[in-house]
Amino acid sequence: MSDSTLTAGSRVFDVDAIRADFPILKRKVNGQDLVYLDNAASSQKPSQVIKSLVDYYEQTNSNVHRGVHTLSIEATDAYELARTKVAKFINAPRSEEVIWTRNTSESLNLVAATWAEANVGEGDNIVITAMEHHSNIVPWQQLAFKKGAELRYLAHNDDGVIDLDGAASVIDSRTKLVSATHMSNVLGTINPIAELAARTHEVGAVILVDAAQSVPHMPVDVQALDADFLCFSGHKMLAPTGIGVLWGKYELLDEMPPYMFGGDMILEVTYEDANWNDLPYKFEAGTPNIADAIATGAAVDYLTELGMDNVWNHEQELTAYAMEQVLSLDNVKVLGPQDPALRGGVISFIHETIHPHDLGTALDQQGIAIRTGHHCAMPLVRSFDVVAAARASFYIYNTKSEVDALVNGISETEGYFSR
Amino acid sequence: MTGGTGALEDMNELYEAIILDHYRSPRNTATVEEPDIDFEVNNPFCGDEFHIQLKVENDAVSQVGITGRGCAISQASASLLAELVKGKSASEVESAVSAVRRLLKGEEITDAEAGILGDIEALGGVRKFPVRIKCALLSWVGLGDALRDHVVK
Repeated sequence: MSDSTLTAGSRVFDVDAIRADFPILKRKVNGQDLVYLDNAASSQKPSQVIKSLVDYYEQTNSNVHRGVHTLSIEATDAYELARTKVAKFINAPRSEEVIWTRNTSESLNLVAATWAEANVGEGDNIVITAMEHHSNIVPWQQLAFKKGAELRYLAHNDDGVIDLDGAASVIDSRTKLVSATHMSNVLGTINPIAELAARTHEVGAVILVDAAQSVPHMPVDVQALDADFLCFSGHKMLAPTGIGVLWGKYELLDEMPPYMFGGDMILEVTYEDANWNDLPYKFEAGTPNIADAIATGAAVDYLTELGMDNVWNHEQELTAYAMEQVLSLDNVKVLGPQDPALRGGVISFIHETIHPHDLGTALDQQGIAIRTGHHCAMPLVRSFDVVAAARASFYIYNTKSEVDALVNGISETEGYFSR
Repeated sequence: MTGGTGALEDMNELYEAIILDHYRSPRNTATVEEPDIDFEVNNPFCGDEFHIQLKVENDAVSQVGITGRGCAISQASASLLAELVKGKSASEVESAVSAVRRLLKGEEITDAEAGILGDIEALGGVRKFPVRIKCALLSWVGLGDALRDHVVK
C-alpha cells in the first residue's frame, strides 16, 4: 500500500465487503452465526491488520533504533511510519507528540505519574466527569490522596448530558487538570470537549481527553478540540491488544519527567547520572511493542480508507435504528441520551425482569455477544440505582439485521424465562 | 413471541424449574430483628448483592432473612440456602456449605449429603456454564466465612 496515495474515504463504505475482511465473523458460537456487539470492549481485526503482524514477524522482525543492519533499519522505519500515521489520523501537529503505550489506562497513568505528580499540589483540584471509566477515576483518586488535592466531579443530567453551566463553577482557579471522556463507554454520551477545554484554559489548567471510545468511531482532531493530552487504545480500533497511544502538546511532554527508566529513553548514561532522550523516546523505555505499533498503522490505514466521516455516519444510522428497535420492547430502558444524535454506538440497557447476567448467557446461546455488568464504571452504573446493565456496542461491520437478531434474542429470552 | 428456540433449550440444565421458582418467589426475604449473624456478599463483576441475617437459638438457626438483588442463579441459590439452614446447627450448616462447594466444583458428594441438599442439587447445572459458578456460590461462600467468624467470636 502506498501511503502517499492513501486518501480519506478512498474506499466505498460497503458493509458486506468490510465483513469479508474480518475472518472471525465467519465463525459460529454455540452453533449460531456470531453477532458481535461488544465492540466498546474490544473490536475485531481485519485480515489487513493480522497480515501486517505476520508480515512483520516473517520479513522484518528486529529491534528498533539500534542496529545498522537492514532488518533493524526496516523495523525502525515501519515503527516510525506507524507513529506518523497515527499523528495524521488525529491531526497532531508533530509526530513526536505521539507516544506508544500499552493502552489507554497506561496513558492515563503516565500523565498522572509525571505531569500531575509535578504540577498538582495540596489544595489544588482535579476535575473529572461523573461518567468516567475506572481507569480515568482511580489514578486521580490516588494522586489526590497523596497530594492532599481535591477530586471534583462534573455532573450530568438524567439523560447523561454534562451540565456545562455547572462546569464553569466546578473548574476554578485551583483546578490544575480536567480529565474527561470524549464518549462514555456506558451512556454513549459525546461530551463537549472543546467547550470544556475553553473553560479549562481560562483558569490556566490543562485538559486530558480519554478518547478510547471516540477515536475508533469518529473523526477526532486534537487541534480542533484544543486538547492538551489525549489517549486511546489500539484494540478498540481494529489494532491488536497491548498497544495504545498518549498524545500530548509538545511543550507539555517536553517539560515532563520520564515515566519509566531504561534503554532507549536515555541520551547518555554515566556511572553517576543520566540524561533523557528527545520526544517521543523519553517516554518509551525498553524495546517497544514494535509489531503491534506497526499493526496499529495498518488499522489506521484501514479506517482512513473507509473515511472516519463514513464510519461515524454508519454507526449513527445503526444506533438510531437500534435505539428505536430496543425501545420498542416493553420491558427495556436505555441509559444515557434518548436522542441518538447525542450519542455514539453504545447502548446500555436494563431489562425490568431479566438480570443482565441471565440475558448475557441467553444471548450467548444464540451467538450474540454483548457486555454485561458494571462496565468498569461502578459509580456511574450505581447512580442509576442498578448494579449492572447489558450493553450492545457497534462498529463498522455491524448491520441492521444484527440489531434485529439482538432484539429478537431479547424477546426469545423473555419467552424462555416466562415459560 | 413464544419462548424456547433450540439454542435456549441448551440452558435448561442451568435454569431448572426449581431454580426459576426460587428466583421468581424467593423464600425468607423478611429482615431478622437482632440477628446473631449479619453479613453482606456481593459480586461487583456481575452486580449481585445480598444481605443475609441469621438468628441462632439453642444452637440452631431459628430465623433467616435474605434481601438483595442478583441474577436468577444467585437469587435462587440464596433462597435455597435460606430454606436449608433453618433449624440446622452450626456444624450441620458448615457441612452443607462444604457439600455445595464440592457439588458446584463437580466433585463427589455422598448420598447422605445429597439427601441433605435436596433441591439444591439443581444448582449443579451451572457446571456447564463455568462463568456462572460464582453466581451460585456467592451466598454460600459468604455464609461459610460468616460462620467461621461467628464461631471464633
